[in-house]
Amino acid sequence: MLYTIVKQNSYQDSVNLMLLTNKISTMEGINKVQIMMGTPANKDILKAAGLYTDELEGAASNDMCIVVDTDSEEKIQEVLDETDNYLNNQAIASGKEAFETVRSWDKATNALPGANLAIISTPGQYAAEEAEKALDRDMHVLIFSDNVTVEDERRIKEKAHEKGLLVMGPDCGTAVVSGVPLAFANVMKTGKIGVIGASGTGIQEVTTEIDRLGAGVSHAIGTGGRDLNDKIGAITMLDGIKALAQHSQTEVITLISKPPAKEVRDEVVQLLQSISKPVVAIFLGEEPHNHEGNVYYANTLEETAAIAVDLAKGNPIKSNYNSLQDEVPAVNLKPEQKTIKGLYSGGTLGYEAATLISSGLNYDNSGAHEEGYLLNANGFEVIDLGDDIYTQGKPHPMIDPDTRIQYFQKAAQDESTAIILFDLVLGYGSHEDMAGALIPGIEKIQKDAQAKGKEIYFVASVCGTDQDPQGIDEQKAKLEKAGVILRDSNNQAVLTALAMLDIQIEEVQKEVVPAKETAPVEITVSEAIQKLLTEKPNVVNVGLKKFTEAITANGGRVVQYDWRPVAGGNARLRKVLSVLR
Amino acid sequence: MYGQFKTIDEANRAVIDKIVSGAPFLVDVVPAKSVIKELNGKVLLHAGPPIKWENMTSPMQGSCVGATLFEGWAANADEAFKMLENGEIEFIPCHHVNAVGPMGGITSGSMPVLVVENRDGGNQAYCTMNEGIGAVLRFGAYSEEVINRLGWFRDVLGPTLSKAIKVKGDGLNVNVMIAKAITMGDEFHQRNIAGSLIFLKDLVPYILQTDATDQEKQDVIQFLADTDQFFLNVAMATTKAVMDTAREIQHGTVVTAMCRNGHEFGIRIAGMGDQWFTAPVNTPQGLFFTGYDQDMACPDMGDSAITETYGVGGMAMIAAPGVTRFVGAGGMDDAVSTSNDMMEICIDHNPNFSIPTWDFKGSCLGIDARKVVETGIEPVINTGIAHKEAGVGQIGAGTVRAPLACFEKAIDAYAVKLGLIDPQ
Repeated sequence: MLYTIVKQNSYQDSVNLMLLTNKISTMEGINKVQIMMGTPANKDILKAAGLYTDELEGAASNDMCIVVDTDSEEKIQEVLDETDNYLNNQAIASGKEAFETVRSWDKATNALPGANLAIISTPGQYAAEEAEKALDRDMHVLIFSDNVTVEDERRIKEKAHEKGLLVMGPDCGTAVVSGVPLAFANVMKTGKIGVIGASGTGIQEVTTEIDRLGAGVSHAIGTGGRDLNDKIGAITMLDGIKALAQHSQTEVITLISKPPAKEVRDEVVQLLQSISKPVVAIFLGEEPHNHEGNVYYANTLEETAAIAVDLAKGNPIKSNYNSLQDEVPAVNLKPEQKTIKGLYSGGTLGYEAATLISSGLNYDNSGAHEEGYLLNANGFEVIDLGDDIYTQGKPHPMIDPDTRIQYFQKAAQDESTAIILFDLVLGYGSHEDMAGALIPGIEKIQKDAQAKGKEIYFVASVCGTDQDPQGIDEQKAKLEKAGVILRDSNNQAVLTALAMLDIQIEEVQKEVVPAKETAPVEITVSEAIQKLLTEKPNVVNVGLKKFTEAITANGGRVVQYDWRPVAGGNARLRKVLSVLR
Repeated sequence: MYGQFKTIDEANRAVIDKIVSGAPFLVDVVPAKSVIKELNGKVLLHAGPPIKWENMTSPMQGSCVGATLFEGWAANADEAFKMLENGEIEFIPCHHVNAVGPMGGITSGSMPVLVVENRDGGNQAYCTMNEGIGAVLRFGAYSEEVINRLGWFRDVLGPTLSKAIKVKGDGLNVNVMIAKAITMGDEFHQRNIAGSLIFLKDLVPYILQTDATDQEKQDVIQFLADTDQFFLNVAMATTKAVMDTAREIQHGTVVTAMCRNGHEFGIRIAGMGDQWFTAPVNTPQGLFFTGYDQDMACPDMGDSAITETYGVGGMAMIAAPGVTRFVGAGGMDDAVSTSNDMMEICIDHNPNFSIPTWDFKGSCLGIDARKVVETGIEPVINTGIAHKEAGVGQIGAGTVRAPLACFEKAIDAYAVKLGLIDPQ
């Protein structure tokens, strides 16, 4: 049956009333409803809809007409209440964002005229093109994307070098510029130590350790893992070292890399020795026996940070910072439990663990590995679960716990496993509570093992700071409560795990020897790079929106570029667009 | 390669300069056939790119029947259908004869048309007058009421407005009306209430001075007062007149027309002159009157997207807070982001039409087909939604997108024409 309510002199905009009508029509027991102002044209619409009633005859243009078709009269009051409620609460909730979102480079630079850094996290095949567009607009570039060809990397870096710009990456997972964390980065104290590295988690481990030891970081520049490859020739590393050398607030320079090609290494070292500032360098996997002149060589990431902090504080440098510091927990193992399974989310942390364990086992680990294995010897395994093979169609283990839990379980099923060694990397971009996410898996494994009358030990280190969004103390407390043996650094975690199996590593004592004489390198730094290191960056974030959070939270300005492939990736149209420039 | 221009950007700049310098004046209301010579035979104009009778939507066919009856070519609807089916009546796109038409766009010789002159280019453009809502020809209705209203347009409304404009003397400056109305919440496609009000306010003193009878004056003023969308058709003729001047610069990638015929969406770009680039039309999404829903919506129709081509309508969503919720029941932020998105595909802001709700930025100026293809952002068009059956009329309002394929075809053809790429 049709019911009509005419609310006199109650004008509402027609859009409002259409939305209201939609809302009322979803109420239970309402067959049909139309709410309109009583204009002649609207009355015709009501007639056409079969909703016209005699009461509408007297309605005027400023009267709101509610016509309801319902089988129960009680519904009318509900409709009126809902109508009043709706009309009284029309304000639309809106969350304002702290940055503008754009869809093109032109708009990005209009929205943020001083933009001097682009973060690029597009799919790899487009990253080089977007990086060049950023360079054309005189911006430095951080390429988070991987799968960029070496040829593209070389071309982009040469172009940047000629323009006096810096390219971090490709595959640069982390950087901190003037106190602003970029991509997957930790929040740390600002200080005198400038870090430059070809390894993402290497930078994270060293910088968070520096923070833990009470010192601070001026900048952390990521170069991308291939920068010291002979095909690239350390273009970014050399420009970055020069920039830190000239940056007045940076008093100590710290360099992290896997062993580079010989000629590249020589060029880098020659530059390091030309600098008046002390330098700490780690070429992961090398076993240095001396410091040379102003260049201090470290064996572990922990030692790298420790030397840098002592240099920054003006303390004398000890000959060795690698010793096991904490007591070794007593263990209760079955005779067959003899091995360690290292299951890492950070590639460089895993690499360091593999190096240390090999050293403890006197095992030559220089051979090739497959499927993300960093070590696979006599049941001792270290796997980089962030390797491409484990992240095909799955989130990275820093973001998602599932792969790790699965491999924990697999490790526990191996009769020889005594210890499961792992890392937990905090900071922007990482899982908001990885400890909480891993604990159910850990507890289940411990319980299952105990049911079989044995113990499986978990040893870990947490890479992060107390300023990170996750809070390192909370994460540690959760893991400790679950029985995980925690150490302050990856080195300490590995040494502890080895010691629990009665395996020791021979320690190296290093003395300072004079450096070989080399011709000093002239150090010039472009204005654009100087500016990058002296002011908070203005960032165009091309791709992953979550990277904006760390920037705005730490005083940087950012514009979000919601990137899509040009012309939807259509090759013909891309060509057409390029000829119609 | 680009005529007197060194680059495409330079050619595009020349086109948008012509849009900005346009000086449109409403100078008369006259029978269509007096200014469109093609309409002196059994000819009907229709909206959109060229179309055959069999491909027309039911509402457009209904409009053809209405116009055939109105012209007295047929005695009844059955006869009219037969004539149309037999090809006895020729169809020409409005755009081909300096005209534009709303929805079906069906225009016949005896219908009065608004005449807007662009004094910058010296050309004129024409558009029929808005019939209000309900049973109207443009949505395919052809009942007696519709035909009678068209008769009154021909005999009273058209002549009276013509006289009033002549009393005024040198025509009505439409840019001034648009500039005022955009600050009053109109975007000139979905919402024209401010423009219609200004039109009424400006014209009433002159209507009163004409020699029309008191009853005629009363009826004309009442009709204008009742017809919220009257100014839409003025805006259509105006934007057509300005875009046609800009179209004379036959270089570059600025979009110079967008229109739809219910079957295909068509665009023109400056560098390709009169050629249409078409793709199947989308169906508008929006809010519906009760009893109607998305399934009943007619595919997109009408030349009214000339307003978006000019940079108003959906392109100026932010100017019209009152209708922003058609974009998906969002608030001001959605409207801002829609207009910001539209600026991604436009070259500049039009300084003539500053929008208070957009920090006084000017309306969008110059859709660059290259940018549309590059970003994949399709121009948004605000539109009324017709029932897919003739004669039911308007069943809702909402938005629709111009299909990307039109823009892809246009720039591909332009690159081929310039010899920069081999044909596909």
